[in-house]
Parts: sequence; C-alpha cells; structure tokens
Amino acid sequence: MTDETRKLVEPEILQRAVVDSLVKLNPRTLMKNPVMFVVGVGSVLTTILFFKDLSSSSTDENVFAGLVALFLWFTVLFANFAEAVAEGRGKAQADTLRKTRSETVAHRRLPGGRGVEEVPSTGLDLGDECVVAAGEVIPSDGEVIEGIASVDESAITGESAPVIRESGGDRSAVTGGTRVLSDRIVVRITARAGETFIDRMIALVEGSERKKTPNEIALNILLAGLTIIFLLATVTLQPFAIYAHAEQSVVVLVALLVCLIPTTIGGLLSAIGIAGMDRLVRRNVLAMSGRAVEAAGDCATLLLDKTGTITFGNRQADAFIPVDGVSEADLADAAQLSSLADETPEGRSIVVLAKDRYGLRERELVGAELIAFTAQTRMSGVDIQGRAVRKGAADSVRRWVEEQGGTISAELGRAVDSISAQGGTPLVVAESSVPGGPSLRPPRALGVIYLKDIVKPGIAERFADLRRMGIRTVMITGDNPRTAAVIAKEAGVDDFLAEATPEDKMELIKAEQRGGHLVAMTGDGTNDAPALAQADVGVAMNTGTQAAKEAGNMVDLDSDPTKLIDIVEIGKQLLITRGSLTTFSIANDVAKYFAIIPAMFAGFASVSVLNDLNVMDLQSPRSAILSAVIFNALIIVMLIPLALRGVKFVPTGAAQLLRRNLLIYGAGGVVAPFIGIKLIDVVLTALGVR
Amino acid sequence: MTLAGWGQFLALVLLLALTAPPLGRYIAHVYEGAPSRLDRVFGPVERWVYRICRIDPEREQRWNVYALSLLAFSVVGVLLLYVMQRVQGSLGFNPTDMANVTPALSFNTAVSFVTNTNWQSYAGETTLSHFSQMVGLTVQNFVSAAVGMAVMVALIRGLARAGKRTLGNFWVDLVRTCLRILLPIAFVFAIVLIATGVIQNLHGFTDVHTVAGATQKIPGGPVASQESIKLLGTNGGGFFNVNSAHPFENPTKLSDFLEIYSIALIPFALAFTFGRMVKDKRQGYAVVAVMAVLWFGAAVTLQYLETGGNSALNGRGVTQAVTATSPGGNLEGKDLRNGAAASALWGSTTTGTSNGSVNSMHDSFTASGGLVAMVNMKLGEMSPGGVGVGLNGLLVMAILAVFIAGLMVGRTPEYLGKKIQAADVKLVAIYILVMPLIVLGFTAGSVFVGSVKHTSIFNPGAHGFSELLYAFTSAGNNNGSAFAGLTANTAWLNSTLGIAMLFGRFFLIIPTLALAGSLVRKQRVPPSAGTFPTHTPLFVVLVIGVILVVGALTFLPALALGPIVEQLKILH
Repeated sequence: MTDETRKLVEPEILQRAVVDSLVKLNPRTLMKNPVMFVVGVGSVLTTILFFKDLSSSSTDENVFAGLVALFLWFTVLFANFAEAVAEGRGKAQADTLRKTRSETVAHRRLPGGRGVEEVPSTGLDLGDECVVAAGEVIPSDGEVIEGIASVDESAITGESAPVIRESGGDRSAVTGGTRVLSDRIVVRITARAGETFIDRMIALVEGSERKKTPNEIALNILLAGLTIIFLLATVTLQPFAIYAHAEQSVVVLVALLVCLIPTTIGGLLSAIGIAGMDRLVRRNVLAMSGRAVEAAGDCATLLLDKTGTITFGNRQADAFIPVDGVSEADLADAAQLSSLADETPEGRSIVVLAKDRYGLRERELVGAELIAFTAQTRMSGVDIQGRAVRKGAADSVRRWVEEQGGTISAELGRAVDSISAQGGTPLVVAESSVPGGPSLRPPRALGVIYLKDIVKPGIAERFADLRRMGIRTVMITGDNPRTAAVIAKEAGVDDFLAEATPEDKMELIKAEQRGGHLVAMTGDGTNDAPALAQADVGVAMNTGTQAAKEAGNMVDLDSDPTKLIDIVEIGKQLLITRGSLTTFSIANDVAKYFAIIPAMFAGFASVSVLNDLNVMDLQSPRSAILSAVIFNALIIVMLIPLALRGVKFVPTGAAQLLRRNLLIYGAGGVVAPFIGIKLIDVVLTALGVR
Repeated sequence: MTLAGWGQFLALVLLLALTAPPLGRYIAHVYEGAPSRLDRVFGPVERWVYRICRIDPEREQRWNVYALSLLAFSVVGVLLLYVMQRVQGSLGFNPTDMANVTPALSFNTAVSFVTNTNWQSYAGETTLSHFSQMVGLTVQNFVSAAVGMAVMVALIRGLARAGKRTLGNFWVDLVRTCLRILLPIAFVFAIVLIATGVIQNLHGFTDVHTVAGATQKIPGGPVASQESIKLLGTNGGGFFNVNSAHPFENPTKLSDFLEIYSIALIPFALAFTFGRMVKDKRQGYAVVAVMAVLWFGAAVTLQYLETGGNSALNGRGVTQAVTATSPGGNLEGKDLRNGAAASALWGSTTTGTSNGSVNSMHDSFTASGGLVAMVNMKLGEMSPGGVGVGLNGLLVMAILAVFIAGLMVGRTPEYLGKKIQAADVKLVAIYILVMPLIVLGFTAGSVFVGSVKHTSIFNPGAHGFSELLYAFTSAGNNNGSAFAGLTANTAWLNSTLGIAMLFGRFFLIIPTLALAGSLVRKQRVPPSAGTFPTHTPLFVVLVIGVILVVGALTFLPALALGPIVEQLKILH
C-alpha cells in the first residue's frame, strides 16, 4: 500500500494530470458525466453573473460570487484531476510499452525453403513464418513451429528470468516485442499488425478503449436521476421563495444545487473504475474488459487446478516406511541410492529427505550402472557393486522382485494401501543381486517411500477467507477420488472434481451457471480454452497457449494461478469503493442543507426565523454557503487517494462488511461535513469573508 | 401523549399484530390460486364473470399487456364516473334532488376516485345523489383498491418468479381481489359499523325540530356500505363533507377505533403476503418492520404534538390540559368526542396510507403536526402505505437501498436474488422522480396563479403556502386528505389536481410494472455468505434511512418555507 501511495504522487504523473484536468473541461468530455456537466454549467453561469454584477454589487457580494464561481470551477477541475491521476500511471506504462513496439526487422521465410527476406515487422501477415535468432526481437505474436529457445519476456511481464519456448505443446506461444536469448526458433505469426498483444496491452493500460462497465452505467443512471431531483428541488424553490417574499440570487441557487447533487461520487466514479483496472495491472493481470473485473467480484465459485494452485507442482518424499524387519535407515539408504541419478523433483526430494533425516550424504556412484525410468518398466534404480536397487510403482516392483524369485509379504501390501488411503503416492524400494552376478542379496522389498502432495502454506486460510465471503472453491485434479479427497480436506476446499477431463470441467461450469452462480477459473492449455470461454471469469496464464489466452477474459502475466483469489478481491474492492463513496456522497447532503437553507433565508424578515436551523452556528449567510461549496470541492480532492487505492477490503461475510462500511461511510458521511463546513467557516471568517 | 392515547395506540397495535398476519396468509393464498374450501362459493361466480367478460383465466400477461389492461380499465372507469355525475339528476335514487355536477368537478371527482385518491372538491351531502355515491363512488372504491393490489401482486411475482416473462392476468387478479378479499371483508365490516351506529338507508333529508326550536335537515344515505370500503381500500372519500368527523360516518369511540384499524389492516397484511409469496417470510417481516417503524414514528410524534396543544396559546389564559370537560391538547378543528390523541392517530394513519379520510381537520393541526402529516405523504406513503401501492413504493425504495449500499459488500447488488442492473435502476430513478416532479412542479406553477392567490388560499403567508403544498402532495400521492382551508373547487385547481392525481397514479404504476417485467425475466442468484442480507434489522434501518434521506433532501426547501417556518415563528 505504501508503495502504491508513493507512486500516486510521482511528480510527472501529477504534472501531466494538472494539464489533463484542464483539457477535460471540453464540454463534450464533460457531457459524459451528467453530474459534472451540471457543475460545469453552474460554473459558467456564476462566472458570468460575477462579471455582470461586478460594478453594481457591494464588495462583499462580489467576493462571495467570485469565490462561489471559483470553487465551482475547482469542483469540476478536481474531478477531472482525479480521473487524470488515475489514468496517469497507465499512460506512463503505455509509453514504456510503445517503446518496445518500435519497429523491428523480421526475417520472413520464403516459400519452398528459398531462404529468408527482411521485412519490417509491421509488414507481416497472418501465417508468415519468421526466423528469430539469439539476440533478436520476436517481430509479432506467434507460435513456435520449430526449435526451442529461452526468451526474455521482461518487456511485458517485468520478470527478468528467461522462459523456455518450444514448438508443440502448451509452451509454444511467443509474444511480439520479447527477445530471444539463446538458440533459434521459427515462429508462425498469429496476429495482424496493430492487433498484437502489446497493442492490446497499450490500449488497456492507457484506458483508451475504456467502456463503462454495467454496474458503472447503472450507478450513473441513479446519479443522473438524483441530479434531476435536486435540480427540480432548486428550480422550484425560487417561486416558493418569491411567494414568501424571500427571492434568491441565482448564485445562491446554483451553490445549493451543486452542493446537493452527488458531486463526490460523480467526480470520482471514473477514477475508481480506472484505478481498479490499474490495481490489476500492477499485479500483472490484464483484464480484457472492465466487465470481467466486476464479474470477478460477483463470482460464487472458483475452480482451481490442484497442481500449481493448491499444491506445489510436484510430490515430495515425506516418510520411509520399512517392512519385513528392514531398518528405516537401511531403507533410507537404499532409497537414496536408487535416486541419486534421478533428476526429477520427486527423486531430488527423496535424496534430500534421506539426508535430512538420517544424515546420509550424497555419494559418488563409482562403477554404477544407472537404470533409467521407462514407461514399460515404470521403475528406475541403480546396479552397483553387485547389488541391484529399484524403486517404482508398487505393482512394477512387485513383479520385478517375483521375477528375481523373491516373495512379497502382506506387510508391504498393507503399507502401500495405507499410503494410498491417505492420498499419498507409494513408491516401493526393493533390492536384489545383479542378475548373473553373485547372489549376495536375496530379492526382497525393503519398504515404501511415502510421496506426498504438499499443500502450499497459507492456502487453507485463504480458502477460509473465501468461504466467509460466500465463495465456494472447487479443486480440479486428475488424481483418483481417494487421493483428491485427502488433498481437498487438507487444503480446505469446499468440493473437488477428481479424474477430471476437459469435458467434466466444462459440465461443472455449466452446472454452476445453471444454478445462478458466476464461475471463475484459470487455465493454460489448449484443452482449457472452451472452459475458459464458458467461465464468467477466465484467467489465462501467460505461459499458456494462444488459444487459452484468447478464450479467457484476463491474462496473468506472472502465470500464477493463485492470483485468481486476488482478482476476486480486487473486483469486490472496486464495487465496495463505489458503493461506499456513493453512500458517503448522499449522506453529506444532510449537513449541507443545514448550512445553506438557514443562510438563504436569514436575511429576509418574513422567513428569517429559519436561521434557528443554523445548528453549526456559521458566521454569516455568505460564509455559510461558501463553506458548503468549498467543502464540496475539497472533499473530492481529499478522497482521491481513497478512490485510487480503494476502500480497505476485509474478507468477511456480507453482513459484517455492510455493517462496517455503513458505519464508516454512511454515519461518517452524515457527521464529517458538519465538522468540515464548520472548520472552513472559521477559516473564512478569519480571512475576512463577511 | 395522554395515557388514554397510549392505551388506544397499543390496543390498535395488538389488534393489528393478531389479525394482519393471518389475513396476509389468506391473501397470498388467493393470489397463488391455491385450491381452497371457499372455491365452492367463489368459484362459480368467478367462472361466470370470466365467461361474461370473455376472460381466459389461464392466459397470463407480460408487463406491457398487464399495464395496458389496467389503463384501459381505468380509462373506462373515469369515463363512466364522469358521465354518471353529469347526468345524475335523471338516474334515480336521488331523494335529495341533487343536480347534475359541473364538468370540471365531475372530471376531478372521476379521476379522484379511479386513482384511489378520493380528493373531494365537493361536499357529498350537497352534491351527489345516492346513485352516484353507491354505483359510482363505492364501486370505484372497490376496484381502484383492487387495481393497486393487482400491481403489487405483479411486482411480487416479478420478484418471486425467475426466468419467466409473464406476471399474471390483470383481469383475474382484479376479479379475485374484489371477490375473495375486498367484498367479504367490507361486507362484514359494514355490518360491524352499522352495529356501532353508522347509518345505512336510502333516505333523503329529514326535517327535525331541534330543542332550540330551529328546523334542521338531517341527511340519510347508504353510508356504512361506503364507509367500510372507503377505509379498507385506503380510498378515503367520505359520504359527507366532514368525512369521518361526521357522527353518521363515525358515531362512537369504538367506531373511531375500528375505523383506524381498518385503514391499517390490509396494508400491513400485504407485507406478510409478500413474505409468503417470495417464499421467505423473513423478507416480509423486514418490510413490516419498515412500515411499522415509520408508522410508530409518525403516530407517536403527531399524538405528542397535538396533545401538547398550541404553544402560542400558552400563558394566555387558555387551558389545554385534560379536564373533566375537555380532552385537552390542540382542539381546533377536532371533534371533542375523539379528542387530540385519537384525531392525531387517525391523521398519521391516513397520511401514512393513501387513505386520506379524516376525523379532524388537518389544516388546524399545530404547524409541526401539519408537517408530520405532510412528511408522511411526501415519503411516498409507506407507513404502512396504500393497499398495494404502498408496498410497491416500499419495495422500490428497498431496491434503491440495495443498489446504493449493496455495492458495499462487493457484489453486483441483488434483491431477493435478482441482480439490480441498469434497466432496473432506470425505472427506480423514474419512480422516485415522478412524485416530486408532480408535487413541486404543480405547486411552483400554482403560487402565482391569480385564482389560487386570491380565491383558493385561505390563510396568508406560510400557512397559505402549506395549504397549497399539502393539496398537491395529497393529489400527487393519491392521498385525498386536505388542508381544508384551501378552496379547491376552482377551474385551475380542479384541473391541475386532477392531472396531478392521474400522473401520481399511472406514472408510478407503469414504471412499477415495467420493473416487475424486468425482474421476472432474471434468473435468481442463490444466496450465500457473500449476499447482501435483506431481512436483518440493519437492512430495515438502511431502508428507513434511504426513505427519509431521499424524501427529506427532495422536500426540505419547500417544507422550510411552509410548516417549518410557521412553527419557528410560533416558537419565537
């Protein structure tokens, strides 16, 4: 948060925002915001009246009219400024991205293998194949069709560690503007010039294609409705006042109107929306539409892939369970021996566990023959000094032992079953003499390694938060139901879908949606694409395929599936900020009435008793009205940080959230202006306003 | 407030608490078309009506057809009532020899009764024949109330159904409301009223010689039959000019109590109907709570103010305390039989519903008392509201509250599982805009009209302004009560008030039905821990807050120049 606040006051952004807030005075821009348009018209009107009456009115009257006009202009400018500051960061980022997009030269392959030609990257067509060598910039979005390379994607992700891109599979998509660091790849272009990922990203962060979101439109309608009601109340007040022999000046009526219409939320509404999108961008998530961000706040069901989201990508060794009288240390020794050559994460974890628990150090394998894992044997191991050690799936190892003439005890079977029942993966370790060698050791099983899915720390707490917010989490996994159930329990998800196929996933989404729930999910593979498109919020991983990225409505540049939870919170925070400031804005009006109504009528004998309502004891009618107008303008500036940062989000149930926010922004909204207006009145009086 | 005042009020609350819930259940039963033992009685009549009117009861209507049916029915009602008054002299049942009514007044009265307003620019006993009263006004008392309830049931169906297009059949809802709800209750209640002494005959004037030796004309008429539905249907149009302050309409303490009860009965019952029909009784309780808090607030405040008397009279040798011969309090314009407390209880109940009948003259309330009555109407009459239309207004405000504050829980706002989106907000905005537009617009347009300034307004200064403001508030909200100092039987006020009543009725009904049409199509979002709860005390407070803030912000400037300045002047 402090980091974000510091960024808010970056001088360049502020300078640019000041200029922009003047540019935004263009009536056509103002027209888009009915509330601020009314204030704009009021500013023009009071300014004209100020100059018209300059010679005929008293000094006090002139100072009053001038200050009202000035602060009405400030009200509009402050609202423009809020929007401009919100846009500022995006614009700065867009400038950086534009530099990346600067023209590069592409090496387009000529048909029939007749070499390559040099063309500007903007001249590329869909389906063109380009050769990109180490050190070159990938000319446009595409798919690797030949080769493998490490690519520096920091231009878009900000992540400096290079990533591997290779033809085929789910790691084939490359983005224009990123740089190949090593090797050479051939890329088939999949985006037209001007429609590349970077182009879209520029448009998004800059907000040039920003459309009002559904909820924002609805809120705007309500604000327009309230503005009309207050316009009506103000316009009809003049005949009533004349009837009561207390005719009002137009400046005072305009001041009343501007104070009553919801300028606070009207002025900050678009800034809140832009800032919400920006918060996502800061977390390296690109939302293709504001609609998706709002939908994220509404999600009732999150589909989360087990691997990578709930658990670390790989299983890890958790325990050694010896059988048939073998000591645990011997089992650990054999397990480590069999894994020394195993470079898979599971293998590494066995070596590490043996070292941590039994002090068994890694050793050099002298004269050893490594037996690699194959799909046929489903075992790996080592033959060393006449001893053969194998580890692998229970049935494979059992067969191996029996082939060597050994037998398998019931105890092993029980150990294997017990691990499976706990959701773990059992790896059986066995030994024998090397076939054909001296029979040093009888063929036998030594025990079982317990491989376990490790649930990410802290994830269970986040799911508990989600549950409090009324969001269901469903774990998606290819594991069998028994294993899935154990992980689901440990992670604290509400439900799980085991042995899931893409079709199952799709059906689950549709079923949830039929029940009226909005569904969010993450995905990266091509076979995730239909589900990503079907989900209300589909977050594609940037490492994923082009198809997945196009199907989803958000892309996570960090490819961190856990971020889905952040996205939901940002969506909620966006709506909460809007609601809180709307409530605050409307609640403010109570105090403004108590400032303005007595002041309007205090000077007329027929109705001067209304001054009894001057509960704030404001000094004079003019200072009272001015104080209300100034408060109305300043509150916009004071709330800009809140609008940009968003209202603090606490993951709790709706009832508590409502109680908390109603107290702060509803009750607070009633009380705050009484204090603010009184303080401004004191200052104005000290400055000599009468 | 006096002890008797509290006693009466608490007895009323108790009686309502005992009877409104079962009545609400029965009404829900009627609208859900559930089979009932009463079908043996009502079924044949209903089928006969459907056959004669060629209504297919199975055929449901979308909101626009529902609205068109309702409008057509109302237009025909206005025309019939207009013509009837214009030719009443030759229609019979006219023992008092009433002449045909003038065009402007006929228009005003026809509109007034069709819109359930029952604003009366005339005095019943000196203007209308028994035929016009019975066949014209009393019939409209039934059907205009039924129309309001039909709109309400359409809105409830909009919330209760999901993914549908139709809201029911207007004609069926109209017939069933009249036949199964209003007629039986009104029949029983008329008998009860007769038992308390309300008259029911077809006599004309009877000349009697008074003790003092003078001759007095005593009117007769079918009063009890009209009185009962006038109160139950929140119509409010009295048989006699002084309405329920007349001893033939409201003869005893008991009749007074029962009549206040009958004003509030159906409006409260409908909140329970709502809870049952949306299959969540707690939602109904929340609505009842909003109604009750607003009603308690208004009733207690008004009774406090009126029993407290007029502060301008303090220290001037006038006793306003309770004595053996005086009920105490501000007694100007009040019947001594009722006293200040019962008059204030009636006043707050009649303005909190769209009833508008009176048992005392609101024009003579204390300035703050008049303010309470006016505020009660300006809040849109939701405490507990007119039959049907009051609940509509309250549900619209609940949706508004959900929309404003519902965002604060971080979800697209939803009410009863229905997402509140731009189209709905537009209709809600129109709904809350219409009434202030009518009230403020017509009042502002009238203050400089010659006939208003010189003929209609009775009192000078702030009170005169209050009279005019009250009139348009009453017309725009279809209430019908008046600050009777205002002479409303002029061409200008008869027409503008007539238009105000029409706008105030149909420009609220049409957006309500459109809203129902929009809601009924939506799928329901199942509730979760993340759903904005709309049955909690917090929500009740929120809805009340929104009703008060929206109402106060809209009308405070106008009220400041009327009753508020008047009261402050008295205090000075």
